[in-house]
Amino acid sequence: MSDLQAIYVLLMRDVKKFVRIKSRLIGSLGMPIFFLVFLSLGFRRAYIPSLPAEVNYSNFVVPGIVAMVLLFSSIFSGVSVVWDRQFGFLREIIVSPASRTAIVIGRTLGGAITAILQAFILLSLSYFIGFNFQISKLPIALFVMFLISLTFTSLGILFSVFMRDVHGFQIIMNFFVFPVFLISGSLFPISELPPIVKELALLNPLTYGVDALRWSTIGFTEVNPFLDFLAIFISCICFIMLAAYFFGKTEVE
Amino acid sequence: MKPILVQNLYKKFDQFFAVNDVSFEVESGEIFGLLGPNGAGKTTTIKILVTLLRPTKGKAFVAGYDVTKNPGMVRKNIGVVFQDTTLELDFTARENLEFHARLYGMSDEERKRRVDEVLSLVELSDDADKLVKNFSGGMKRRLEIARGLLHFPKVLFLDEPTLGLDARTRRKIWKYLKEFKGETTIMLTTHYIEEAERMCERVAIMHKGKIVAMDKPASLVKEFEGEVVVVKADNIDKLKNKLQVNFIERNGKIEAFVDNAEKFIAKLFEIARNEKISIEEISLKKSSLEDVYVRLTGGEV
Ligand SMILES: Nc1ncnc2c1ncn2[C@@H]1O[C@H](COP(=O)(O)OP(=O)(O)OP(=O)(O)O)[C@@H](O)[C@H]1O
Ligand SMILES: [Mg+2]
Repeated sequence: MSDLQAIYVLLMRDVKKFVRIKSRLIGSLGMPIFFLVFLSLGFRRAYIPSLPAEVNYSNFVVPGIVAMVLLFSSIFSGVSVVWDRQFGFLREIIVSPASRTAIVIGRTLGGAITAILQAFILLSLSYFIGFNFQISKLPIALFVMFLISLTFTSLGILFSVFMRDVHGFQIIMNFFVFPVFLISGSLFPISELPPIVKELALLNPLTYGVDALRWSTIGFTEVNPFLDFLAIFISCICFIMLAAYFFGKTEVE
Repeated sequence: MKPILVQNLYKKFDQFFAVNDVSFEVESGEIFGLLGPNGAGKTTTIKILVTLLRPTKGKAFVAGYDVTKNPGMVRKNIGVVFQDTTLELDFTARENLEFHARLYGMSDEERKRRVDEVLSLVELSDDADKLVKNFSGGMKRRLEIARGLLHFPKVLFLDEPTLGLDARTRRKIWKYLKEFKGETTIMLTTHYIEEAERMCERVAIMHKGKIVAMDKPASLVKEFEGEVVVVKADNIDKLKNKLQVNFIERNGKIEAFVDNAEKFIAKLFEIARNEKISIEEISLKKSSLEDVYVRLTGGEV
């Protein structure tokens, strides 16, 4: 019972801070909007062999950029546990009766909800600049977005357990987040990749997330919607469990 | 069972013991003070008791529960005010308290009543809806203490609750604690020895990971009663280097803690003659808890 309350307050804390700190919202949407606009413009006449004729590049790349927003925002939320540790607030939470699992779930949900809010804003913006997606399938798309952000928020929390201070964040961005984004099929179809790199892409949970998102918005898929859901669901559960396990074991000083 | 019971507790960091065979117990409803110089191991001891650190060896029970075997139950029964701030700076004072109340599973009605109550206790009602990042150090500290009291903990831990506060605010904080206390058992650390002497029913003096003395402040003073010789001389620095007893320097005078004043004074004059220091003033002083503290921990308050 008190664990439910704990999950609720932790989640609301993220949402409140998100709404309150406008600069973070503007900062986090700036880059994807530029990506969206300039990639659409730059590649609007490019010929990509594995894209069927009826799928134009602009429509192809929107779900990819939405996935990018989810990925970046979720990882950031998860890793921000390190900030909490450095500024001490984590101790207030840790010495409370809330179980460690409830704490991880509360933070994961908070990170996921703020990520989805951003992704949703981006999706709406893209609608106004001509992205035509299947509105009837929006609930499915939202569900996919939810799974993607749960996966990567819990992964961010897992990173935070092993990070001493915030300086590690740059390393995670450059050596994890960007590669994961670039080989996920967000910007180009994974079929364009050489075979070995494509194998790598198929180990990347985001590949399935992007594919499911594309399937549920524009109906195009490179993998298989069923496999997508299975893969992203399993990675989501695994990372949440790993995060809860390792977070529960750490000493907080 | 005692609200706090510690038996042969050790905590090892890398190669050294920050807590080295510490045992003590605290009675129900008592205010217990842990004193000691920087790095003595006070914060480490508190962190073990509030389940943040696992002891290397030994046992500790808080509110009747083993801190390693049953940390969940310990957490349900304690309130903690840490040495450095643990507030959410992007929240208002009220939001910080409401967050806390929900975290501790308080009902809506109780939460509302209690939040207002503690806000007025620490005189922050007018600032309740301001963001904490705009608070002064004293306001933050008061808010943290209010938060520690919010859920009526059985045992309250305060790590240097009055650190960095002006004398007036310090007095107020002690007043809140006394007013609120009721059944609650309080364990605190402080560097303000005279406050501990006034506020704590019992104190323990910790030095290099060990407890070197523990009793009622008055009894400690009696037990370790030595004499304090206050000396004023023209070349204090030179004199300081030659003294072989514990002392502090205050108001340009040396206060030396000695077992036998007569012998010490004789020695003092000998040093003065050899070193050509002229002694301007000598007097004897009654020892206080602070003097006992300095004697036991070897200088530097
Ligand atoms: N996580 C840690 N790793 C290594 N050493 C530590 C750690 N935490 C504390 N120490 C060391 O343990 C010793 C005791 O530290 P502690 O914080 O308990 O002292 P303290 O009595 O609270 O001092 P202060 O009055 O300065 O707050 C110090 O020497 C400190 O450097
Ligand atoms: Mg300390």
